[in-house]
Amino acid sequence: MSIHCKDKVVLITGAAKGIGAAACHALAAAGAKLAVSDIDQDAGRELCEALRAEGADAEFFPLDVCDEQQWQHCMETVVASFGQLDGVVNNAGIAVICGPEDESLEGWRRTQTINSDAVFLGSRAAIQTMKARGGSIVNVSSIEGIVGDPMLPAYNASKGAVRALTKSLALYCADRDYGIRVNSLHPGYVETPLVSGALAKLSEDDANAFATRVVASIPMGRMARAEEIAQGIVFLLSDAASYMTGSELVMDGGYTAR
Amino acid sequence: MKENNPFSLQGKVAVVTGAAAGIGKACAQRMAYSGASVLLSDIDVAACQRLAAELNEQGFDARAIQQDVVLEEDWQALVAELKQWHNRWDILVNNAGIYIGGRLEDNSVEQLTRIHEVNVQSVFLGLRYAAETMQPSGCFGRGGSVINLSSIAGLIGVPGHSIYGATKGSVRSISKHSAVEFARFGYGIRVNSLHPGLIDTAMAEQVYDDFVDVGLTQSREEASAVLEQQMIPMGRLGTAEDIANAALFLASDASAYISGAELTVDGGFTAA
Repeated sequence: MSIHCKDKVVLITGAAKGIGAAACHALAAAGAKLAVSDIDQDAGRELCEALRAEGADAEFFPLDVCDEQQWQHCMETVVASFGQLDGVVNNAGIAVICGPEDESLEGWRRTQTINSDAVFLGSRAAIQTMKARGGSIVNVSSIEGIVGDPMLPAYNASKGAVRALTKSLALYCADRDYGIRVNSLHPGYVETPLVSGALAKLSEDDANAFATRVVASIPMGRMARAEEIAQGIVFLLSDAASYMTGSELVMDGGYTAR
Repeated sequence: MKENNPFSLQGKVAVVTGAAAGIGKACAQRMAYSGASVLLSDIDVAACQRLAAELNEQGFDARAIQQDVVLEEDWQALVAELKQWHNRWDILVNNAGIYIGGRLEDNSVEQLTRIHEVNVQSVFLGLRYAAETMQPSGCFGRGGSVINLSSIAGLIGVPGHSIYGATKGSVRSISKHSAVEFARFGYGIRVNSLHPGLIDTAMAEQVYDDFVDVGLTQSREEASAVLEQQMIPMGRLGTAEDIANAALFLASDASAYISGAELTVDGGFTAA
């Protein structure tokens, strides 16, 4: 009777760590079968072993989300392995803290390629693969796709693109009766390698100032745990969300409410 | 695999207002099925008693209370009932509400006052009693989750919906303010607004009638066709269960980091 993803086959990108890894564990607990993908093959295979040790049905599929050919191959091998595909979580992403005056065009493009272009590639492949029997696509945007941060111009733009793209895809799939729902997830600041990695590239003083500013601005007074964000992914993939499409699920401890 | 289910409401006590029918009834059932003890509030206490008896027969914990959500004394009585029942309160679904349509120039101040009383004053009172009793120093003291039923009419404009939409915009706003306030003051109470699109309940029938009354369509059938085929991308109305599932998510620990958020469940209505 509860909210679950029993026997759904779900592909997750950037699954090896952070929100992706937490989503894998949560989806496994909710009964899903997992197509675990990441560019980091060692970490991805290690996660798969851990999931199988928990009793989950999980397989690793190497994937560079920016590579168009790899997407097609990945979808074919996932369907060949599991016989079906019910959900895709476009989760892979990067964050670089860099103000607009210091940002290079190359750096800007790298963020757009990984965070935005790859979500288009993943969504396109997901629609082509799932349109016959329906499914659910979860695009991991961010609160930074809704509000701005002075030190995240490239990240803001890339996540805003994911938010708007998601609505377009939701309407396209609904218009064609594909039975595919598409929603965006907007985590606030989460204790993950993405956040700590971005901070590690700053000087200690700058990193502390950034972290202090961020935590002070969260009404709940703390960052999220990746496990908390993972439950939003479970909900959006489950049939409990069957009337949700083109929606934004904000999980931010009140950050954008203030 | 882990056994503890984050979507379970086992051991929690929930209050659902307007539980006699429609979305409220579905929320009450869904929460009871998920393990909560549910106090069913409505003006129509007979319908709540029937629903409570039905749930009890199925082995779930539920009880009915007569409540006019507009009245402060009825909220006090509800808190007293909760103390006496399980001496616990974790979840409030502020669902009770009414719809009054019409072209704006035909709406009266009396209608405006009445719809705000039922749709906004009730939410304010529910929030106030939840805040007072759920915060750490309150009589229940465990924190909790409040789910306020707004509507997509609190987000966008629809002909014939001006005064209804004004109340739902209020609900959206008070949810955000109280969410931020309760978080800042360490109450441990999350507050979120839920925004259903057009749902297959008695209120949808009222909306069809209203489309005809304000002159948008010639017939109820045409109103239904226009809404489903032109305004709802998914091409169908939502069900009360669709909304109840979202309310369950917001009530459960699976949404522990969600507060001050708007959850829209509308078949794509507001994405277009």
